[in-house]
Amino acid sequence: MTEAIVAILGISLLLYVLLGGADFGAGIVEMIVGKKSSRIVSKAIAPVWEANHIWLILAVVILFNGFPLAYTTITTYLHIPLLLALIGIIIRGAAFSFRYYDVLEGNVQNYYSWSFRLSSLMTPFFLGMVLGAVILGRIPVNPSGSFIDIFISPWLNGFAISTGVFMILLFGWIASVYLIGESDEESFPVFRRTSLILFIALILCGGVVFLMARRWGVHLFSGFLHSAISISCVVLATLLVPVMWISINRKKALLTRIVAGATTACILVGWFAVQFPVLVNRRNGEHLTVWNTQAPAVTMYYLLAALIVGIFIIFPAFGYLFRIFKFSREST
Amino acid sequence: MDVLLAARYQMAVSFIFHIVFACIGIAMPWLMFIAEYKWIRTGKKEYLTLSKAWSRGVAIFFAVGAVSGTVLSFELGLLWPKFMEHAGPIIGMPFSWEGTAFFLEAIALGIFLYGWNRVNKWVHLASGVTVGIAGVISGIFVISANSWMNSPAGFEWVNGKAINIDPFKAMFNKGWFEQALHMTLAAFASTCFAVAGIHAYLHLKHKDNPVHRIALRIALSVGSVAAILQPFSGDISAKHVAKYQPAKLAAMESLFKTTTGAPLTVGGIPDTAAREVNYAIHLPKLLSFLAHGNFNAKVTGLDQIERKNWPPVSIVHYGFQIMVLMGILMAATGALHLFFTFTRRYRDRRWWFRWLALLTPAGFIAVEAGWIVTEVGRQPWIIYGILRTSESVTPMPGIQYSFYLVTLIYIGLSAIVFWLMSRQIQALQSGNDNLYEHD
Repeated sequence: MTEAIVAILGISLLLYVLLGGADFGAGIVEMIVGKKSSRIVSKAIAPVWEANHIWLILAVVILFNGFPLAYTTITTYLHIPLLLALIGIIIRGAAFSFRYYDVLEGNVQNYYSWSFRLSSLMTPFFLGMVLGAVILGRIPVNPSGSFIDIFISPWLNGFAISTGVFMILLFGWIASVYLIGESDEESFPVFRRTSLILFIALILCGGVVFLMARRWGVHLFSGFLHSAISISCVVLATLLVPVMWISINRKKALLTRIVAGATTACILVGWFAVQFPVLVNRRNGEHLTVWNTQAPAVTMYYLLAALIVGIFIIFPAFGYLFRIFKFSREST
Repeated sequence: MDVLLAARYQMAVSFIFHIVFACIGIAMPWLMFIAEYKWIRTGKKEYLTLSKAWSRGVAIFFAVGAVSGTVLSFELGLLWPKFMEHAGPIIGMPFSWEGTAFFLEAIALGIFLYGWNRVNKWVHLASGVTVGIAGVISGIFVISANSWMNSPAGFEWVNGKAINIDPFKAMFNKGWFEQALHMTLAAFASTCFAVAGIHAYLHLKHKDNPVHRIALRIALSVGSVAAILQPFSGDISAKHVAKYQPAKLAAMESLFKTTTGAPLTVGGIPDTAAREVNYAIHLPKLLSFLAHGNFNAKVTGLDQIERKNWPPVSIVHYGFQIMVLMGILMAATGALHLFFTFTRRYRDRRWWFRWLALLTPAGFIAVEAGWIVTEVGRQPWIIYGILRTSESVTPMPGIQYSFYLVTLIYIGLSAIVFWLMSRQIQALQSGNDNLYEHD
């Protein structure tokens, strides 16, 4: 039962990175490419961004319902980066819908656009920091000590910064690949070039994350080597790179998306495999795991039932939404 | 400002902001759906214009509601970690159901807003009603969680720990139905009266535009039904509060002494130190009747409650009085509207439209006041009678800075939304085609 819930938690996070990440990444891509991509970005994410965003809420609900101590540890000691990620979420959502719906004239559109782009950068960075802090193991066991030591040092360090930057690049890259499928003749080369640059940056940043992990004493590399699942994920991701390249150049939009999604899934699933069953690493080598934080069995039972019923409702609806907007041409 | 006060303020600001968008997200989709249905049935272009204009409003409000709701789901842990540690396993279930309903709402809204040219009209109409139904359901689930804080159920509290948890009993606690009914009606009444008020104002300014009359009739008809039903639902709620949360009722009515045949106190200024209410009107025996259905029943006063367990009496008292006043105004207006409609006396009365325009904020004032009653009235408890708010607050110092930041952002957003709406209305008025570029 617990394993099934953890699997759904993992799937929610994965879908949030893939779908919600593409929406935040669109803002990042727009920042790189500039104004000429605004129209395509708006059209691409408008119908889906709210639904995509809910995967995060689902992950949060699973965490506080099923693993309350893990949730409250994260919200207590990583309060500041979470608050900043939330502010990004508020401003991105508001600025995007204002930009889409306000009267299309005057300077105000520029303010919306810049708010949208900057906040799109904020949320992945701070969420990445939170993930880094959860892996790192500097989260205290109780709140006694200086403010800096308890509420700042767990997340403001080289390792968490590197995971934050990695998350920005990952979101941006997913979005650039996704936008290739939405592009026209004129913007196709621009998005293609952007996705190439972001991909190279992503690989380099991944290297930096591993280096930082070594410096900060996180056994990320050996963790990856010790798990069969992680190794196969890394190998698969490597094999997918040339496939993706060919499919981008041949303008196979759907194939490109599937391959990019699979690559991202490999990165995340590989990390999940390293991490499982730990939810939060704390100081002195203490771990909050799915086993020592889980709610009573009856709660888990109801939670799983709710999730399974929910999935049967949500997935077909999602499929329909994507079929209408992503795989069909407009009939006017 | 200490951490507890700052955290309470931040939570209050977050709720006060979110509840407006949540109400609009629940009720407004029904209005756009009705307008579209009428367009399909009659083929009158005004209905289509209206449905599109309203759906643009829904889009903006829904987006802000979705993000401010996300903030709340995190704030529960950011500000009240000890509460969530205990409550998460007990009351997580309605949240997971709410997530599902909200998913469905977001998906259906995507189809409704952006699918005008992509799906056939019946599918499109169905997506509209799905948004409405899913919105109402998600609201009911969230209210169930709040109602559990007011009347906790589904666990045993032993040595500061919850054991024998029953999520089902927790979700369907003793107050969930009363609270869900009251809030759902409130969402409809407040949103519809606001929409009707805006269109009444526009009708006065632009007599020649037929859209506003139609809009006003649709919104006010739905709103009237909700506003007339609301006092009855309020009565059910009050009886429930009298039974399960005597301290809250005593604060609402500023009843300092336990009284048999207690009078209903209208208005007045409570003096907590002297334990009396000044300048109030007392309607004899009415409170006993309203609370317990018997004119001579005993109503528990604040003297039965330990001083340290008193809620802030004045705030709860004022909140309750304001809510009831607004509710009465809206119910009376609703009754008049239905009377005009059924006796076919709907003529252009200037005073009527002016009155409606004046009532634009009434429903939302009532909603905010009502939330203040229910949340402040539960203090000092976060889980009534079980866990104190002060025991559950985060250990992190400096929460006042996050309170300032969140408040600043929300004030800014409110101002922008307000300004944006006025621009939308102007554009609708001038027939600005620039608006519909995306459609």
